Amino acid sequence: MSLLSVAGVTKRFGGLAAVDSVTFDVEEGTITGLIGPNGAGKSTLFSMIAGTQRPTEGRIRFEGKDVTGWQPHQAAAAGVGRTFQLMRVFGSMTVLENLTTAAHLRHRTKAAARAFASEICAETGLGPMAHRPAATLTGATKKRLELARALATSPKLLLLDEVLSGLTPTETVAAIALIEQVHARGITIVLVEHVMQVVMSLCPHLVVLDFGKLIFQGSPADAVTDQAVLDAYLGA
Amino acid sequence: MTAVDVVAVPAKRVPWHRYAGMAAVAALLIAYPLVVKTSFLQTIGVLALTMAIASTGWNILGGYAGQISFGHAVFFGTGMYGTTLLVSDGWSPWLTMLPIALLAAGLGVLIGLPTFRLRGHYFSIATLAIGMMVMSILPNIPALGATDGLSVPLLDNGFWNITFSLRDKTEYYYTALGLFAVATVAAWLFLRGKIGSYLEAIRDDDLAAAAVGVPVRRYKLYAVAMSAGLTSIAGSYHVMVVLFVDPSSSSDLSLSTAIALIAVVGGAGSMWGPLLGAWLVIALQEYTRTYLSTTGRTIDLMLFGALIILVAVVDPRGLVNLIKRGYRRFARRS
Repeated sequence: MSLLSVAGVTKRFGGLAAVDSVTFDVEEGTITGLIGPNGAGKSTLFSMIAGTQRPTEGRIRFEGKDVTGWQPHQAAAAGVGRTFQLMRVFGSMTVLENLTTAAHLRHRTKAAARAFASEICAETGLGPMAHRPAATLTGATKKRLELARALATSPKLLLLDEVLSGLTPTETVAAIALIEQVHARGITIVLVEHVMQVVMSLCPHLVVLDFGKLIFQGSPADAVTDQAVLDAYLGA
Repeated sequence: MTAVDVVAVPAKRVPWHRYAGMAAVAALLIAYPLVVKTSFLQTIGVLALTMAIASTGWNILGGYAGQISFGHAVFFGTGMYGTTLLVSDGWSPWLTMLPIALLAAGLGVLIGLPTFRLRGHYFSIATLAIGMMVMSILPNIPALGATDGLSVPLLDNGFWNITFSLRDKTEYYYTALGLFAVATVAAWLFLRGKIGSYLEAIRDDDLAAAAVGVPVRRYKLYAVAMSAGLTSIAGSYHVMVVLFVDPSSSSDLSLSTAIALIAVVGGAGSMWGPLLGAWLVIALQEYTRTYLSTTGRTIDLMLFGALIILVAVVDPRGLVNLIKRGYRRFARRS
């Protein structure tokens, strides 16, 4: 049984199909890269998995259960963590408070939530910034905080929406190390990314979208020789 | 693979001056009626503490959960009318507070169910509209005294009846202070754990809150229930001081504005905000009413407008933050 199964999912906005009957599975313990040119429907697909949007057609299954059209907080409770493309940290809280809030999902008492949040904080390299207000962080650190906050909900599946875009080369290296560390904990990852080299090295499995349709799935090595993928990226 | 640098989270302890500040404020509040003997100034104290309770309620929904309500007079009025009716039936005013607060909480949830579908300013406008609707419905309810209002029957003097000598307001003051302390502790207990974190998360970013598992609508309903309950308790006490309730004294727009303004001036989302704001706003309001009384009631609203502008310009986070900033500057210099 796959951890996540997307079957014939379509999202229509008026006449336009932003996502057009997309089908793919995500196996437990893998890293899947979801790529495609601008406007390919990656973010819409993401939103449907995370529950912020409802598919027009098709089914989404998580751990075998049909979860089509669920609410975002239900997705989080079931074990789907996510980051946002445009950073959405809790600005008035400190870094540690951000993580504690997320940790409350699985830890009832404040002490337990705080202890788990401190652990995540240290492991993700945010220790020195623990008591800084989140609003004052740099872009790269906010992205790191978003990832840490998703981890604090103890997810089984992590959806990363362009966590690497806009980072300097040094920051990118650090972020990749962090993603690999998260993966080593046994958390399944689906990441949407623009930075192609990163996706190629990080993801053994790729799903490529173009104009809402799935045009390729398989290994990065096969992707670079696939005619449909080349056409989508280089223009046919 | 380059590992991420693991640096432990440094411990953060509550600085001693926070406790010192708390003790100083408590001492000032306790000393006030012993030092200040005029009825006018003592009345300001009673009213300030009552409004501080109402604002503490507002603050849970407006300051912490970020849902700005301009209709809290509805809950204050629930307390005023409810307690008047039950006291007329022979209840002790103390015993009316909790049941009426539960009623107000239920009313809050009922109002919240449709209005929480709206976000930001649209929510605020809806609460404003509901407040005005209640204001125009009340004069048509004979059971609530219609336009004439209701009087609280005269009870024997004593703590159990919240009825004291009118010449000296000391007893009213200390009763209000006790009630304020209880309300503040209740609010603090309500907000200190998971609920408080979740409400602040909703205020900062409701989409991100949902993404970390916060059932946003349900927590907004928790917030409005607690908020309405506390505000109604302030109304219950207030009616025992003024002994009279009618539509304009209980559900007026300027009352809703005052409840919100007090928290905003003092510091929305801070436990100290309502207390500080209430003393400032009520003192200003009573002084202008006394010395500029010929200009009528609207002078309050003009004053409120000026205060809103002042807060927005000087420090949108209110007096509490202004004091904190001042203290930090002072501490750095010395």
